[in-house]
Amino acid sequence: MPTEAQISKPPSRTQTVTDIAFRALCQGFTWLVAVIAVIIVLKIVLAALPAIRQYGLGFLSGQVWDPNKKVYSILPEIWGTLYSSILALIFGTAFGVAAALFLAEGFTADAVFALLKVVNLQFHPFWGKLPVQVENLLSNLIELLAAIPSVVYGLWGLFVIIPLIRPACHWLHADLGWIPIFGTDLSGPGMLPAVIVLSIMILPTITAIGRGALLAVPTRLRMAAYGLGATRWEAIFAVTLPTASRGIFGGIVLAFGRALGETMALAMLVGNANVISASLFSPANTLAALLANAFPEASPKDVGVLMYAATVLLVITLLVNIAGAYIVQFTASELEGEKV
Amino acid sequence: MTPNIAAAKPGIPRNPDAEALDPFHGVDFSKLEKSLHRPRTFMSMLFTVIVSAMTLFALIPLFSVLWLLVWRGGRKLSIAAFTQLPPAPLEQSGGFGNAIVGTLAICGMALLISLPIGLLSAIFLAQAKPDNRLASSVRFAGKVLTGFPSILAGVFAYGVVVMATGGYSALAGAVALSILMLPTILLTSEDAIRMVPERMKEAAIGMGATDTQVVWMVLLPAAVPRILTGVMLAIARGAGETAPLLFTALFSNYWLLWHGHLKLMQPTASLAVLIYNFAGMPFANQVELAWAAALVLVVMVLIANLIGQSLASRQVQ
Repeated sequence: MPTEAQISKPPSRTQTVTDIAFRALCQGFTWLVAVIAVIIVLKIVLAALPAIRQYGLGFLSGQVWDPNKKVYSILPEIWGTLYSSILALIFGTAFGVAAALFLAEGFTADAVFALLKVVNLQFHPFWGKLPVQVENLLSNLIELLAAIPSVVYGLWGLFVIIPLIRPACHWLHADLGWIPIFGTDLSGPGMLPAVIVLSIMILPTITAIGRGALLAVPTRLRMAAYGLGATRWEAIFAVTLPTASRGIFGGIVLAFGRALGETMALAMLVGNANVISASLFSPANTLAALLANAFPEASPKDVGVLMYAATVLLVITLLVNIAGAYIVQFTASELEGEKV
Repeated sequence: MTPNIAAAKPGIPRNPDAEALDPFHGVDFSKLEKSLHRPRTFMSMLFTVIVSAMTLFALIPLFSVLWLLVWRGGRKLSIAAFTQLPPAPLEQSGGFGNAIVGTLAICGMALLISLPIGLLSAIFLAQAKPDNRLASSVRFAGKVLTGFPSILAGVFAYGVVVMATGGYSALAGAVALSILMLPTILLTSEDAIRMVPERMKEAAIGMGATDTQVVWMVLLPAAVPRILTGVMLAIARGAGETAPLLFTALFSNYWLLWHGHLKLMQPTASLAVLIYNFAGMPFANQVELAWAAALVLVVMVLIANLIGQSLASRQVQ
């Protein structure tokens, strides 16, 4: 029988010291994360400083990249990065928001429920769970799109998308070539295949965050709209989407950040040509693809220039990501406040 | 008061007696039924069809990728693919055994770097008070780093490790990947610790446990499944990344363990870089190997994802 003194005793000296040490350790590592984040930015910017001094702002506005003549500028890459990302964002948003609505507003569950009702199994202990399961399966499948490595998408784009769209592109160029976006023929890699693959890659981001934002809309708002006689889509357009719009917008901004920084699929599909063209079928280049292609065989002098290009990419993506993270965080806390 | 619906309808003569008996007198019930002839219902139906079609269309690439991986990659898959070294141009056999080992080694090293940092700072973040400036800034930095372009992680590792040690190495690749893994581990671990019911923590404190004991004996054991989910997702992300390895780990045609020496400071092969290199080659054998390697890589990544998801769902039940 243990005595009272054995059971209840204050923490021993070792325990107190361990406790203080462990707390300090955790705090130290948290500082380390903050320091790492700062160092990542500083390291890239500092490595670029000599090149920034040497080439100045002309680096951003010129169109020639020629290591042999030591002439470097990245306007075509900036153009390609923005053009491909914005186009991918248009497709990705359309399909991503559609999928988010489809998954969040219970269309799948309703369809499966209606099917079960035909065979009168809708409340069966096993089959009755099917609507929810099918909906979860669909949202997991959409998330699987994000799990596939980008290099595999690049491989798929090279051997599937390019052969698939080439006849259509050829036809569009031949018949509608006077429209700038069809101004050149697709001779292999080009902007359109890159944009298609890029939009597939950013779709899961938009769908996941959009679905979360739609599900966070309080049910009573939706019910109120139905009570006023709105059809399901009138309720979606008038109530659900506007309420969730900021969250969805945050997801779109984060997806934009992802599209800007995406490397491998673009390096494999965009054609790596220093061209500024509005044509969807023309080869182009992006900042990330330039880094991926030029870095492995860069001489020490070129590295500074590439660091300058990396800094430009860093600044663009950081701004977009900070905006996206801020919007998503702000919206989430606002809706939480509304629920209480 | 009975609802006087009929009064609103013009053209139907008012009959006070009938209204008193039947409040729905004169109401055309066929107009209240759902009918696709009405624009509102039709538009609703149309949007439903469009959205369903778009969602299913968005899934086509997934099935196309998976089907091609099984079809084109499965053909080339053999014991030799797992045990042999990458072939020279025009050579007909060969495999990617060293790339599998390299991917596992680089991912493992990256995890060794990012797991302690991520977990310990997650403990701090989860315990921090809401107004803690350090915690909220680190949390925000983690969220921003989640979308950090992977190629820039490579650029950073190039500047820090490759330029300092004077050569491409597995270690440089691991440093690059650890930067990409860190935010996932940090944010999911913090969530995992926060999800442990408050009463368990309070019970432990009430028993007189120190903060350290609360963390190690109550919070972490309860949060382990979810933390592992984050770790698996981080591994899945790291294994699939190519861009940060291109100019940090580079590629190698030899085994990581060569004549009994572990070559961690030498260029190291990885599946992702092998796929990138071989996909652009004009030789059929190399392209087939790229597909087979892609199949192996996707299976590895999906297994890591599935383990992570099953751990998370088990915790919910």
